[in-house]
Amino acid sequence: MSANNTSGLHRVSDRLAYNAMRHWKERLIEAILLAAAAVSVLTTLGIVYVLVSESVAFFSQVSIVDFLTDTQWTPLFDDAHFGIMVLVSGTLVSSLVALLVAIPMGTIIAIYLSEFADSRVREAAKPILELLGGIPTIVFGYFALLVVTPLLQMIFPELPGFSLLSAGLVMGIMIVPYIASLSEDAMRAVPMSMREGAYAMGSTKLYTAVHVVVPAAVSGLAASYILGISRAVGETMILAVAAGMQPNLTWNPMEPAATITSYIVQVALGDLPHGSIGYQTIFAAGLTLLLITLVFNILGQWLRAKYREAY
Amino acid sequence: MKPLTTEEIRAVIARGKLKDNIFKATGIFCLSLALIVIVALIADMVIKGSERFTLDFFLNFASRRATQAGILSAWVGSLLVMLVTALAAVPLGVAAGLYLEEYAKRNWLTNVIEINISNLAAVPSIVYGLLALGIFVYQFGFGQSILSAGLTLALLILPIIIVSTREAIRAIPAMIREGSMAVGATRWQTCRYHIIPYAMPGILTGVIIGLARAIGETAPIITIGALTFIAFLPPAPMSTLGDGSTAGLFDWVMAPFTVMPIQIFNWTSRPDPAFEVNAAAAGFVLMAMVLSMNAVAIYLRYKMRKNIKW
Repeated sequence: MSANNTSGLHRVSDRLAYNAMRHWKERLIEAILLAAAAVSVLTTLGIVYVLVSESVAFFSQVSIVDFLTDTQWTPLFDDAHFGIMVLVSGTLVSSLVALLVAIPMGTIIAIYLSEFADSRVREAAKPILELLGGIPTIVFGYFALLVVTPLLQMIFPELPGFSLLSAGLVMGIMIVPYIASLSEDAMRAVPMSMREGAYAMGSTKLYTAVHVVVPAAVSGLAASYILGISRAVGETMILAVAAGMQPNLTWNPMEPAATITSYIVQVALGDLPHGSIGYQTIFAAGLTLLLITLVFNILGQWLRAKYREAY
Repeated sequence: MKPLTTEEIRAVIARGKLKDNIFKATGIFCLSLALIVIVALIADMVIKGSERFTLDFFLNFASRRATQAGILSAWVGSLLVMLVTALAAVPLGVAAGLYLEEYAKRNWLTNVIEINISNLAAVPSIVYGLLALGIFVYQFGFGQSILSAGLTLALLILPIIIVSTREAIRAIPAMIREGSMAVGATRWQTCRYHIIPYAMPGILTGVIIGLARAIGETAPIITIGALTFIAFLPPAPMSTLGDGSTAGLFDWVMAPFTVMPIQIFNWTSRPDPAFEVNAAAAGFVLMAMVLSMNAVAIYLRYKMRKNIKW
C-alpha cells in the first residue's frame, strides 16, 4: 500500500495481499502470546527436571531406605547420615503449631466477617488482613526471634532462644489472612435463602452460622485449610531465623529444630561446590518438600470435589 | 414436650443472644489481635531502630561495626533486582493473561497451562530458589547475579500477574470487543487499542502486589547465593571501573549483590545485640516499602471499583 494512493486498497489483489499480511501478523502475535503462556509450563518442567536430576545423583550415593529411616541428619559431617525424618519432624511440628493458631483464628474471623460484621467493618477489615498477609516473612522472623521469644520466655522460663513454638506461633499469625479471606469468600457464597430458612425456624445467628452456613461452605473451608498447610510447610525465613537450624529429631515444640526449608537456607549460605553431596542434599530435601505440598494440594482438590455443595 | 412459659422463652432468647454476643466479641478480639500484631511489629522496629534513621544509614555500606553499618548496597540491590523482575514478569504475565482470555481455544493445551498456573502458585518459594540455582546459575551460567535473582522472582510472581490480568480482562464487557471487531479491527488491534488500556488499572494492581511480594522474598535469593556482606555497588552504566575500563550499559545485571531482606537476615542472625538495632531499622524500611506498595494497590482497586461504569 503506497502512501500517496489515497483511495487505498481498491484493487482486489492489493486487498488480498493486505489481508494475507494481516493474517500472518495475527498468527505471529498469537504464537508469541502462546509462548508467554507456555513459560509457566516450562517453569514446572524446569522445577521437576532440576529436583529430579540432582536427586537421582544423590540417591545413587545414599540409599533411599537410609534416607527414609535414618534418625540422624548430618550430611556435612565426616560420619554422614541422611535421615530426612529429622527435617520432616521439624517441618511438621512447626506447621502444626502454626495451624493450631491459624485455623481457629482464621475461621472465627471469617465467620465473624461473613455473618456478624456489618459491611463497614468488613470493608475496613479486609485491607488490614491483606496488609498482614503482605508483611515480608523475614520481618516476621525478626519479630518471632526478638519479640515473641522473649515474651514467651516470661511464661516458660525454660524455653530456649530458638524454638519451634515461637516460630510456629508467628507463622500461624502470618497464615491467618489466607484462611480468613478464602473461608469468608466460601461462606459468603452460601445463598441467603438458607440463612433465612434457619432464622425463620428461630435460630440465632451463631446457630445458623455453625449449623447451616459452615456445613454448606465446608469444601471452601477445607480448601483454605489445605492452602494454609502448604504455606506452613513451605515457609522458610521465619523458621530459619527463629527456630534455630540444628537438625533435631523431636516432636516437642519447645525445642529448637531445623525444617526442610531452613536446612536448604543454611546450606545455601555456605559456599558449596556444584555437584558435591552437600549440594545434592538440598535438591533431595527440596524434592521431599515439593512432594509433601503436592500431596496436600491433591488432597485439597479431592476434598473440594467431594464436598462441593450444589445449590 | 411441655410448652414453655413466657419466662422460659425469654430465657432461651437471652441465652441465644448472650452466645451471639460472646461470639461477636471473640471475632472482634481475633481481628484486633491481627491488628495488634501489625502495630506491635511496627512499633518495636521504630522504637528499637529509631537511633539509626539517619541519612548515613541509607548511604553507608554494611560494616563489621554495627553503628557504622548501613543499607546502601541492600536497597540499591533490591531496586535493581526489582527492575529486572518487572521487565521480565510484566510483559510475560500480561501476554500470557491476554492469550488465555482472548485467544485460547478450549483444548488440552489451555487446560494444562491453566492447571499449571494454579499449581505453581502453591509451590513454596524456596523451590523456585532451587530451580534458579540449577537452571539460571549453573545451566545458563548467569552466576550469582542480579539477573539470576530478578528472573527467579519474575517466575515466582508470574502467576499473580497472570491471574490479575485475566480478572481485569474478564471484567471488560463483550460489547467493547464486538464494537472494535465490527469496524474491522483484528483481534490484536482490539487487544492493543481497547482491551489492554481498559484493563490497565487491574493489571497495574496485580503488578504492584506481585512486586511487593517479590521485594520481601528472601529464601529464593539466598538459595541462588546472594552475598550477605557486600561493600560495593554494581557498576553504573558508562562509569569507569577499577581497572580503568568503562562499564557497559548492562554490566550491572551480572554483578553480585545483596537485597534488603538478606541484609536483615544477616543482622538478625548475628549474636551481637548491637546489630538488632540495625535489623530493626532495616526491617522498618522494608516494611515501609512493602506496605506502601500494597496500599497503592488497594487504593487503585478501590478507585477502579468506584469509577468504572460500562
